[in-house]
Amino acid sequence: MRRIISVLLENEPGALSRVVGLFSQRNYNIETLTVAPTEDETLSRLTVTTTGSDKVIEQITKQLNKLIEVVKLVDLTEGAHIERELMLVKLKASGAQRAEIKRTVDIFRGQIVDVTSTVYTVQLAGNSDKLDAFIQAVGTTGVLEVVRSGVSGIARGEKVLSL
Amino acid sequence: MELLSGADMLIRSLQDEGIEYIYGYPGGAALHIYDALFRQDKVKHILVRHEQAAVHMADGYARASGKPGTVLVTSGPGATNTITGIATAFMDSIPMVVLCGQVASTLIGEDAFQETDMIGVSRPVVKHNLSVRHPEEIPEIIRKAYYIASTGRPGPVVVDIPKDMTTPNERYEYVFPKKIKLRSYNPAVRGHTGQIRKAVDMLLAARRPIIYAGGGVILGKATEQLTELTRTLGYPITNTLMGIGCYPASDEQHLGWLGMHGTYESNMAMHHSDLILAVGARFDDRVTNATEKFCPGARIIHIDIDPASISKTVEADVPIVGPVDAVLREMIGMVKEAKQKPDADALKAWWKQIDDWRAFHGMRYETSDDVIKPQEVIEMLHRLTNGEAYVTTDVGQHQMFAAQYYKFDRPNRWINSGGLGTMGFGLPAAMGVKLNYPEDEVLCITGEGSIQMNIQELSTCSQYDLPVKIINLNNQALGMVKQWQDMNYESRHSQSYMESLPDFIKLAEAYGHVGIRIDRKEDLEPKLREALAMKDKLVFLDIYVDRFEHVYPMQVARGSMKDMWLSKTERV
Repeated sequence: MRRIISVLLENEPGALSRVVGLFSQRNYNIETLTVAPTEDETLSRLTVTTTGSDKVIEQITKQLNKLIEVVKLVDLTEGAHIERELMLVKLKASGAQRAEIKRTVDIFRGQIVDVTSTVYTVQLAGNSDKLDAFIQAVGTTGVLEVVRSGVSGIARGEKVLSL
Repeated sequence: MELLSGADMLIRSLQDEGIEYIYGYPGGAALHIYDALFRQDKVKHILVRHEQAAVHMADGYARASGKPGTVLVTSGPGATNTITGIATAFMDSIPMVVLCGQVASTLIGEDAFQETDMIGVSRPVVKHNLSVRHPEEIPEIIRKAYYIASTGRPGPVVVDIPKDMTTPNERYEYVFPKKIKLRSYNPAVRGHTGQIRKAVDMLLAARRPIIYAGGGVILGKATEQLTELTRTLGYPITNTLMGIGCYPASDEQHLGWLGMHGTYESNMAMHHSDLILAVGARFDDRVTNATEKFCPGARIIHIDIDPASISKTVEADVPIVGPVDAVLREMIGMVKEAKQKPDADALKAWWKQIDDWRAFHGMRYETSDDVIKPQEVIEMLHRLTNGEAYVTTDVGQHQMFAAQYYKFDRPNRWINSGGLGTMGFGLPAAMGVKLNYPEDEVLCITGEGSIQMNIQELSTCSQYDLPVKIINLNNQALGMVKQWQDMNYESRHSQSYMESLPDFIKLAEAYGHVGIRIDRKEDLEPKLREALAMKDKLVFLDIYVDRFEHVYPMQVARGSMKDMWLSKTERV
């Protein structure tokens, strides 16, 4: 099952490599990984999406917690949560295609953030399925380049992951 | 205000940490530190002949004393040579601090001479590692390193020290922190009372209970509590290879150790139990055999300081995270106060069954009139040292024989590489013990394969006068490899025969020690006595033992705990 694990990490050199190293050492999957400092500059927030049985996920969270630099973590998929991923896509856009692509971008509530005579650069945010669906909708033949940020997530309601 | 260079701060921090001995080997990036070491006499340095041995020495000391060991090496090859030692300590949760020189911070990343990314290289085999970025951080980093290494589930911590952090003429204020607090690291100090109560109810209601104790009991200094609980309940107890000594082996309630080469009765009792109380053990594959066939009728209570050890391989019914001593103490109180008592009839029937298993097999081997059996060497050593020696081993058949036939009644005396299985561990570990416990008998039980993996340390033994006794069970083969080849590869002995063995007697003498060869059965006892009587000499006993002996019992691969070979021909 797919899980989103959110981690508060000491913002120190080498901390990220410990997290990444743990996944490869213990044969766990990383599907996406995002990390950036938080409003408290001594802390980083890391989001990792992974798949595995309940037993594997339990081990992942326990092993992550054992890392000295991990301050706190939460498996967001255990409760209601919001997940978002940002995608930038360069699409071939000339002639009649231009209007069609524009309509598709609107349907997906994306924005065209850069334009040349033959190329649109589209920005799209949403959950990962929505980004996949957009690529499918525009057709892979027109896609020149895709950049995805990986998933960021946060719990719904009053629950917070903080010190 | 006291101003010190980084190198002096480092050594002063070790003094303030109460470190007496460090084990190491100098080199370019560590020279400022070695100079600081030279200018004081509180911290004593032991110069080994290979960095791996320095780590095993520190490790041997840590296992015998329960305190962290300390290693000092240079960058590059000095640092990478410690990796096997660090991994050995990591697998067995041994507290240790390894201080590594590093090229100057200005050169890091430029492939400088003797540069290795030690933080990266060591990461998978350390509890934590730390890098010095400013000289004034050194006291705090050292304090932190020992704190992390020795609290919670212990383990090795590496500190990487770039050379420019220890420059002699740059001085900073020295402040040794009294306390370390880390917001991201708070090991449990007690167990969950509700869980403990639930566990006690289950314990008292059990009809076929067994206590399964591991190295965590020794590391957690909880042998007294474990013994008290076991005796109060009157239940059978078994322990892992790493747990040897956590409960007196000579006690009636002790079934011996369990697992791949454990006793018949402990493996049978585990398999047929209805309740397992696991204490500081981790359900290692050398214990459980095939996990899907593991103890089908048993419910499991698991106490461990490390939550990740619980339900990792075998699901626990009642997990209890906490220090074993505190949890057991709470358990003892509840057991004593409980109105419910263990069902006496059920327990009696259970003990009857266990005694039948004991009678059926017990530990036995076939003796011979002319060949020396490795098992009898160990039994004799046990007798001649009153079971009180510190025993280190290497890895293989001799290790298993030593564990099976030297009966330990006390913790911290059995010193072996259980998790990683590191050949070459025994001699340097014995040296670390002997240095710190000079009055005690220290035996290194080894084989002619293993001993050659760190034999250069015979030289260190001469330099520091470390009269350990080396018991080389010489079967002229890599015995355990050969045993597996006999059992699983139709006796195709691929690379398990050792040709061109050195003359160990001459070798020992070349280093200034005593060498004794024993190849006749009638010489065994007198020569062992002779060797043990030489209190101030390192004696290398080269004992020619049965070349065809196998270690039994041995669990059948991919079977349950009760599936065992009891000899070359008996399978149950």
